[in-house]
Amino acid sequence: MSIIATGITKTFGRYKALNDVDLVVPSGKLVALLGPSGSGKTTLLRIIAGLEHADEGSGKIEFHGQDVSRVPAGERGVGFVFQHYALFRHMTVADNIAFGLRVRPRTQRPSETKIADRVGELLKLVQLDGLDRRFPSQLSGGQRQRVALARALAVEPKVLLLDEPFGALDAKVRKDLRRWLRQFHDEIQLTTIFVTHDQEEALEIADDVVIMNQAKVEQVGTPQEVYDRPTTPFVYQFLGNVNVLRDVAAWSTTGPIHDNGRLAADGLLYVRPHDIAVSRHEPGTLGVPAVFRHVHTAGSQTSLTLELLHTRETVEAEISRTELAELNIKLNDLVLLRLRPSHTFQHDYAI
Amino acid sequence: MASAISNLQRHRSLPSEAVAQATQDPAWVRWLLTSVALLFVAFFLVLPLASVFAEAFRRGIAAYFAAFKDADALSAIRLTLLTAVISVPANLVFGVAAAWTIAKFDFPGKSLLLTLIDLPFAVSPVISGLIYVLVFGAQGWFGQYLEAQDPALPWLQHWLIARDFKIIFAVPGMVLATTFVTFPFVAREIIPLMQSQGTDEEHAAITLGANGWQTFWYVTLPNIKWGLFYGVILCNARAMGEFGAVSVVSGHIRGETNTIPLHVEILYNEYNFVGAFAVASLLAVLAIITLVLKSFIEWKYQQGRAEA
Repeated sequence: MSIIATGITKTFGRYKALNDVDLVVPSGKLVALLGPSGSGKTTLLRIIAGLEHADEGSGKIEFHGQDVSRVPAGERGVGFVFQHYALFRHMTVADNIAFGLRVRPRTQRPSETKIADRVGELLKLVQLDGLDRRFPSQLSGGQRQRVALARALAVEPKVLLLDEPFGALDAKVRKDLRRWLRQFHDEIQLTTIFVTHDQEEALEIADDVVIMNQAKVEQVGTPQEVYDRPTTPFVYQFLGNVNVLRDVAAWSTTGPIHDNGRLAADGLLYVRPHDIAVSRHEPGTLGVPAVFRHVHTAGSQTSLTLELLHTRETVEAEISRTELAELNIKLNDLVLLRLRPSHTFQHDYAI
Repeated sequence: MASAISNLQRHRSLPSEAVAQATQDPAWVRWLLTSVALLFVAFFLVLPLASVFAEAFRRGIAAYFAAFKDADALSAIRLTLLTAVISVPANLVFGVAAAWTIAKFDFPGKSLLLTLIDLPFAVSPVISGLIYVLVFGAQGWFGQYLEAQDPALPWLQHWLIARDFKIIFAVPGMVLATTFVTFPFVAREIIPLMQSQGTDEEHAAITLGANGWQTFWYVTLPNIKWGLFYGVILCNARAMGEFGAVSVVSGHIRGETNTIPLHVEILYNEYNFVGAFAVASLLAVLAIITLVLKSFIEWKYQQGRAEA
């Protein structure tokens, strides 16, 4: 079921959390709301869920073409998973999952045996069979999060909303769980929005990434699009490392400055470290001269810190270990920098 | 790494007294402080409590129980129970409602409401009593209403006069005064508890389709039950033991508007020491039961914390 939010504004006192925000989530997609804290992403999610309301007369939320702005949270058919799980701590795992079924009006409530079956099914789905009698305090963070997911799914929601679902977990579990979530989403095909401030997480598992900043949506696109073709300086800086370069004229002689919106509206050049090529300083060779100041070699790529000769700007360049060996340079050597043509084109991905 | 291990071994090989000296005060300081504390407790807490029972049993068990056969004593006990039975549930309902409002919602005037809840703690009980005398006494609004020539709601005035309904120097006034004085106990106990628990669980329940009542009954209440119980027993202890406010509004009519504390005072003033202390021992027993329950709840509460 598709979700469309149009013209959502939300103010808390004098603070504007959302400023005329639009969002479209196609049916069956996994969409990430990505942004720094305070960008309004959680507020937007809570408004979609009905836990908060947009400012009076400021737009609407539609589920599958139907305006649900005035429908209470309990009747919207959303499954909501909270950052800190919000499991009912005095109930067992089974009772937690069954809660949404048990609070239904008597006429729609399934029988206890049906509820037990459904709970068993869900536990299997989230790979927690056999833990039904445990209390939330007896589970690990990752297990709790999956119970929260099972509980949200028990009422057969039409959309799934996850607020920083992996935010409270440690790095390893987080990585495992987010891959699991992606597979899980492919299996159940439920329209899902998740909020995160972790760009790696969003880029890895989302179909579409919605980047938010200061109460506004900055850019929407597939992970590849937003990473390779950022439309604003903010997105450039927020997604991965970027060099911000002032001397556009000097760089324009070394490579394409219009690729992928490198030349931003603010007149500065935004270049990712791996889009900078390094060569030895030889007479007659084209490039921006710089002094090689520092090298950091961990992983497959080496990261060079360079100081531009004319503007004294510090630039990061990423090259492979082989390239570095071929360069054969020492610290404080003079080198030349060029912009690599960008290799990413939309039609490449259709193959 | 190796040096860290050798450090550890060196520490371990230190004589244990040396370690003790580094972290503890000299023996005489410890003994002095402990005995001062114990003496203080004995003198101000144990001695008075023991003397209540000693005085009560001075003339033997028969004389002790005789004090409760007195019709006035029985009526005082009955009235105390009645006051507690009305004011404690009233404050339970109020306390939960106030805590729910304050902890789960944001609204203007929230801190004012919090301050108002504390008012009965800040005001002397005698003043609380006087407030009720001024408002509901013969010269107050209530008295003026009964005397009025053309009152609002004439049927109500008629009904009140026909029943000879009184508030001050009667049971309703005592219940009101007790409720006022014990007003903050439940609310104060559970507001911080509910605030620390936040609203996530309630929101989760709501998105799962629970209505407000179900959310409260199945989610909020189980989370605050021990805090609530704690507040209720403290509230009850104070409701049964309240003297000042109740004394002002009661009028001390024997067998009609005397509660246990007031009855103790009357007996004492009449030099009936055995009777006074015997009745007082009831309140002492109530205090002990309250303390036992309180420790039990704290223990349960700790367990709940450890689990969560």
